[in-house]
Amino acid sequence: MASTTEASLQSRARHGLRLDAALAEQILVRFIADAISKFGFARAVVNTSGGIDSALTCALAARALGPQNVLALMLPYRTSNPSSRGDAETLIQALGVKSQVVDVSAAVDGYLDELDDDTTPLRRGNVMARTRMIAAYDQSLAFDALVVGTSNKTELLLGYGTLHGDMASAVNPIGDLYKTQVRQLAAALNLPASILEKPPSADLWQGQSDEDELGFTYGLADEVLYLLIDEWHTADEIVAGGYDAALVAEIRRRVRQTQYKRRPPVIAKLSDRTIDRDFRYPRDWGR
Amino acid sequence: MRDLRVALAQIRPRLGDVAHNLATHLDYADRAANAGCNIVVFPEQSLTGYFLSDLVADVAVPRDDASLAPILDASRDIDIVFGFVERTADHRFVPAAACASGGRLLHVHQKVYLVTYGLFDEARDLAPGRHVRAFDTAHGRHAMLICEDLWHPTSAALAAADGADVIFGLSSSPGRGVGGGASELGSAETWHALNRLYAQMLVCYMVHVNRVGFEDGVNFWGGSEVVAPDGTCLARAPDFEEALVVADLPDSRLRRQRTRLPLRRDENPELVSREFARIAAERRDGLHD
Repeated sequence: MASTTEASLQSRARHGLRLDAALAEQILVRFIADAISKFGFARAVVNTSGGIDSALTCALAARALGPQNVLALMLPYRTSNPSSRGDAETLIQALGVKSQVVDVSAAVDGYLDELDDDTTPLRRGNVMARTRMIAAYDQSLAFDALVVGTSNKTELLLGYGTLHGDMASAVNPIGDLYKTQVRQLAAALNLPASILEKPPSADLWQGQSDEDELGFTYGLADEVLYLLIDEWHTADEIVAGGYDAALVAEIRRRVRQTQYKRRPPVIAKLSDRTIDRDFRYPRDWGR
Repeated sequence: MRDLRVALAQIRPRLGDVAHNLATHLDYADRAANAGCNIVVFPEQSLTGYFLSDLVADVAVPRDDASLAPILDASRDIDIVFGFVERTADHRFVPAAACASGGRLLHVHQKVYLVTYGLFDEARDLAPGRHVRAFDTAHGRHAMLICEDLWHPTSAALAAADGADVIFGLSSSPGRGVGGGASELGSAETWHALNRLYAQMLVCYMVHVNRVGFEDGVNFWGGSEVVAPDGTCLARAPDFEEALVVADLPDSRLRRQRTRLPLRRDENPELVSREFARIAAERRDGLHD
């Protein structure tokens, strides 16, 4: 009986995560065109790391706006893996989008060198991510564009991103796609094989691996998140279905712990109509 | 019913921009009239957009408001079914569908089932209607229902029992469900099944008009369609694209299907009302708690 339950829960999660890539592509391409044109823009800036999330975002933006209207920004730091840059250039070549390289080492180190205390890899990584955000927003003004974001649903739910860094954007087309689904859609769009196949890394320090740092694989995390969130299963049901109890507990803890990162800054309520609480106008007001 | 040529106006309303949306209505109505249509049908809240939140108070109007006059004028050439938010005399905001004909409002249906779950939050801003009625037009007896109304089969059954030969369903249905290896959106699949079920089981024409476009990242998938009483899809608009789709609804098709399958003749409103009255009384008395 237990093995039957296990098989059915896991196979349901895997089945549920299987994406209709053509349909998703169609919706996301239309979404990007709509979200950007509504505010009077026609162009996009995408911070392009050479990883699969930014590659997919860049490819979708190129389809939505035309490759000439997409600026792929490459923002290497001196410790960045050279193969990341190579993968980004392969992608840019394949898509025909515009590109620009800005080395952020001097900007990042200029700030870090002013500090007396010892920083940690996490702090330095956050400074890099936020410096790249500054570059994206600066270039968006020069290119008359909006910043299109590259955070997927798995990262957002796990809080595995830098607030106001790589999480910052005006428009996010892939924020409702789990990592597993990002991979499926990227494969369907025929993105370069080297991007599809390499292990995920934020590349904020040498040898960094997302899955080593998190302590579990994205594939497994996606199944648990899908069952918890999309299918409304309880943690007990998921554990009874064969998933490791400590893993399920850790994923739930991370989602709850990082909720503040997915919300706008909390505002202390004083008046009768407070922004986003009882002053509730849609973003697309009048558009 | 008389033979009816209907136009499905699958538009993309701008959120809260009533003047723009009104111009779109007049344009589509004009094109539909030129195509020889008797009636043009717009989606839910076609004049206002859907996810309004606090914008409700800005866009809601009384049903006799002067801002609706251009639609009434245009209805001298073609009947127009459209969606708006009605501000009642006692200042409730009610999502409504109106049928304009010959320069006046023939009938207004107020949405009876508000949707307040998942991505929807209607009951926070809106009040429900209290009636389901069919109404007579120059071309036969019709009924209008709005989106969530049709997720309660009793609404469609009431419209049919009240004599509607054509049910107009006005929707702002968000597209969702791209997983599970499906070949179409989960929401689209459900709507197509509903439309077919109602047309066949209530032996009537089902005209479902859904909008397109995005609001705050939510897509509306379109796919408006006409389903004949035998379950055949007579016309379907494309997914995601604005479109004006024309379909002919002949009386003969209705007659032949009702001859074949006299389900309506055998419907038993006395039985249904008696049992519902009993159930309602028992629920009121807490017997179902």
